[in-house]
Amino acid sequence: MSSYANTDVQIDVFSTQGISDAHDKAYLRTSPEFFHKRLLASGFGDLFEIAKVFRQGEQSGRHNPEFSMLEWYRLDFSLADLMNEVAELMLHLLALYDHPKAQVTRISYRLLYQQYLSIDPLQLGRDELNSLCQEKGYYGDRLTFDQALDFLFGVVISTQLPKDELIFVYHFPASQAALAQINPEDNQTCLRFELMWQGIELANGYQELTDMNEQMTRFICDNETRKKIGKKVLPFDQHLLDAMGAGLPACSGVALGLDRLLMNLLEVNTVSDVLPFPAHSA
Amino acid sequence: MSTYSTSQFKNGLKILLDGDPYNIVENEIVKPGKGQAFNRVKIKNLKTGRTIEKTFKSGEKVDGADVMETAMQYLYTDGEFYHFMDPSSYEQFEAPFAAVEDCVKWLKEEDICTVVLWNNAPLTIEPPNFVELKITETDPGVRGDTSGGGSKPATLETGAVVQVPLFVPEGEVIKVDTRSGEYVSRVKK
Repeated sequence: MSSYANTDVQIDVFSTQGISDAHDKAYLRTSPEFFHKRLLASGFGDLFEIAKVFRQGEQSGRHNPEFSMLEWYRLDFSLADLMNEVAELMLHLLALYDHPKAQVTRISYRLLYQQYLSIDPLQLGRDELNSLCQEKGYYGDRLTFDQALDFLFGVVISTQLPKDELIFVYHFPASQAALAQINPEDNQTCLRFELMWQGIELANGYQELTDMNEQMTRFICDNETRKKIGKKVLPFDQHLLDAMGAGLPACSGVALGLDRLLMNLLEVNTVSDVLPFPAHSA
Repeated sequence: MSTYSTSQFKNGLKILLDGDPYNIVENEIVKPGKGQAFNRVKIKNLKTGRTIEKTFKSGEKVDGADVMETAMQYLYTDGEFYHFMDPSSYEQFEAPFAAVEDCVKWLKEEDICTVVLWNNAPLTIEPPNFVELKITETDPGVRGDTSGGGSKPATLETGAVVQVPLFVPEGEVIKVDTRSGEYVSRVKK
């Protein structure tokens, strides 16, 4: 729980009574990331946590509003180093659960779209993306650039991915950087990856943004977007900004959804199958 | 007209899309950790019977289709329309051939069918799960052969052709499962 919230536009945070009189509200954490970065800035060094985290409204065969996240940080790791470490952990777990050894595939976001849709997602305009989405079964109002890419990724591409490979998709568009650094070699992309296994997103990692001012700009930007689409503006984490101001060391970090991982390892179909009390019976 | 948010989507919900009524047969939420949530649905066009896949942004609203299912008695056909009656209100409805096309071979006068009404007009008809129909034509069976070894085609009074055991003779009334089109048993009269 924190007196500050995650401002991410696509994540809805649970709120409750304030921790002290200084704050009206407190927020259940949607990830342990902000706390971890404060520890890293204080000189804690490499760290991990298995955290219960909470996201409002996320309930489906692959989502539960309360779930377990394995998050860890490595000092001086590049994005590529961290992908290697995640792959190593995954291969170890696959062997432990008697799964056949999976091929590890690394593919850039751009190349993925080229391979599955024959487009360069970062060169197309919003109109062209929208007509492609409609052609692929989208129904409704015009999508924004990022919504259109999310549709193509989540609905079209992820269902076609080979199920037996561990697929690392890296260099997401800069507009989807979240808390990742912009790619110094290509400012259209950022240093972010996702791991897909059996068509399911299992992990999300960044070479972390360390610049406090850039972080503050992104928080403010999130809140502006929130206002525009009728979502609540949220108090962003001043403690995190202070910590980054004091100096967040160069690091990479990743969050891995443990319930989904277990679901895949045990070859069951829904996260409810691995949770003793899923949301619908909690 | 009723509208539904994607959060109300569930199997069996009837929605209106581009003027056609659809039935939701599958609903899946796709929500990337850092991205827009979508509802991917499989929907069946209740006019054409075709199933298609569409994806909506989660939170969108969709018009509901005024579709309801009513048990009705099949009365007769005048050659062009098929006439049904709601046994509780005695109200009669005429269905065009397109609405009965898939089940016309099971339609027997006085049987109770499920009529899907859209804007108060029959859209599709579902026959009863089991119907009892008389065999109007089949090869003479081998009397005494009740081993159930073989089968033969039999034409029924409605025109349907089903496979029946060799020992079932012409003129017999049989029970048929309309979902599989398979012979179930003889009916003792």
